Amino acid sequence: MSIEVKNLIKRFEDKTVINDISFKVNDGEILAIVGFSGSGKSTVLKLICGLIPYDEGEIVTSEGDVAMVFQYSALFDSLSVSDNIAFALRERKELRKKYKESEIKNIVSQKLELVGLKGIENKFPSELSGGMQKRVSFARAIVTNPNTILYDEPTAGLDPMSSTLIEDYIVSLKREINAASIVVTHQMSTITRTADRVIMLYDGKIVFEGTPQELLKQDTPYTKQFVTASLEGPMQMQA
Amino acid sequence: MSVLQKYLKQSATYKVISHFLVIFADFLETLGKIAQIGFHTLMCILKGEIDCKELVMQCERFGVSSLPITLSIVGMTSIIVASQVANEMVKQGGGNFVGLLMTILIVREVGVIMSGFAIISMIGSSLASEIATMRVTEQVDAIDVLGVDSIRYLFVPRVLSGAIMMPFIVILSSVIGVLLGAVTSDMFAGLSYRAYFDSVWLGLFMKDLGVCLLKAIVFGATIALISCTCGYNASGGAKGVGLATTKAVVWSFIAIVIWDMIFAVLFFF
Repeated sequence: MSIEVKNLIKRFEDKTVINDISFKVNDGEILAIVGFSGSGKSTVLKLICGLIPYDEGEIVTSEGDVAMVFQYSALFDSLSVSDNIAFALRERKELRKKYKESEIKNIVSQKLELVGLKGIENKFPSELSGGMQKRVSFARAIVTNPNTILYDEPTAGLDPMSSTLIEDYIVSLKREINAASIVVTHQMSTITRTADRVIMLYDGKIVFEGTPQELLKQDTPYTKQFVTASLEGPMQMQA
Repeated sequence: MSVLQKYLKQSATYKVISHFLVIFADFLETLGKIAQIGFHTLMCILKGEIDCKELVMQCERFGVSSLPITLSIVGMTSIIVASQVANEMVKQGGGNFVGLLMTILIVREVGVIMSGFAIISMIGSSLASEIATMRVTEQVDAIDVLGVDSIRYLFVPRVLSGAIMMPFIVILSSVIGVLLGAVTSDMFAGLSYRAYFDSVWLGLFMKDLGVCLLKAIVFGATIALISCTCGYNASGGAKGVGLATTKAVVWSFIAIVIWDMIFAVLFFF
């Protein structure tokens, strides 16, 4: 079991944003967390990777790194692509001792090749397109060969072709490093092309759990409203 | 909610008190964060977790790039003070002590405090906005998720560079201040350079120089620590960056004035 979330609760002041949710993700599996904006999807990722503490419940991840690909890439704009990818290898004490500079350069080249961006080591993030920045952030995330990869809206703001490319990389990375992956998204193409299972959040609770095919069947009022993007239904957008 | 509670909440007194309580709570929270991060940074420094390459870059930023504005501000302040003081002292027959007065004034206070103000406006604001931008664009989160201690990575080189470079800036700006004091005294009061420089060393002791350097180290580290902390705790978008920068500048100004009072009480009372 790579990620297990048990009875997780997170409150911000008086508001409960994650309300007693539980799920599991196995190695080599991709779970999509879907839902409308403000449903708590990104908060779940931040709780899993430890950026914010949870109030109740438990998160168990198997040994190894948890990597995260941020919604807007979050590349270090003062560092080159190469320095961005090598960041963890140079700054973490245990990794700094493990790798020589020549080995780090080789790893950076390998990771860039894996995301189809060979030869851009010396460029800076501002010189890259949104899709390329996203792929560089993939390369940075997988540089330590993590057991768990979290994707926060990886295709948001990208054109359809770039989205397809990113979705293909998510699937190929899963095969390549057999990591347990969670993809937070509300794009149908990302759900159907990448996910093995889907959970839908609304008001901090899981209101649907199943496969992408089951989501598309629209058997429940929640899935029907989400797939048809209707304003009528049990889920109400917050004002 | 009772009618009385509703009435009280609408009253001006309630609003004023609650506003001050919010400000006080924010003050305590910021103070706590500065202390917590300062302690963490100090521990990293004591453990030797220092990125020398980054430290050199930050020293260059702190020292070299701020030098023109620091020297200008201290120099101009010295000219203003000398132009006011020299004439009066020469008239009163105290011309032989103008150099002494200017030196004590610059070494004990003007050099270090005006350099501090210049550094806050130039480097402190830049540090705060840089780290605040990193915070709101999730770059700080990315550092943490990659398993790197973001406080060590961001704070240690910046705080250390402040403590290292500030004494050099203060020494240089004080020398410029004393020299410009001599030129101004000559121009405004006809005081000879010899008369000015003969008294420069009369009232200046090693204690003054030592306290001046200690103050510079403390001011440099304080400005960097407060500026980085305000940036580190920024939230929101562009507005959050602006607020963090303003907060960094205001807090740094207040902090160095308080430090200056503490030094004055400790060493010169």
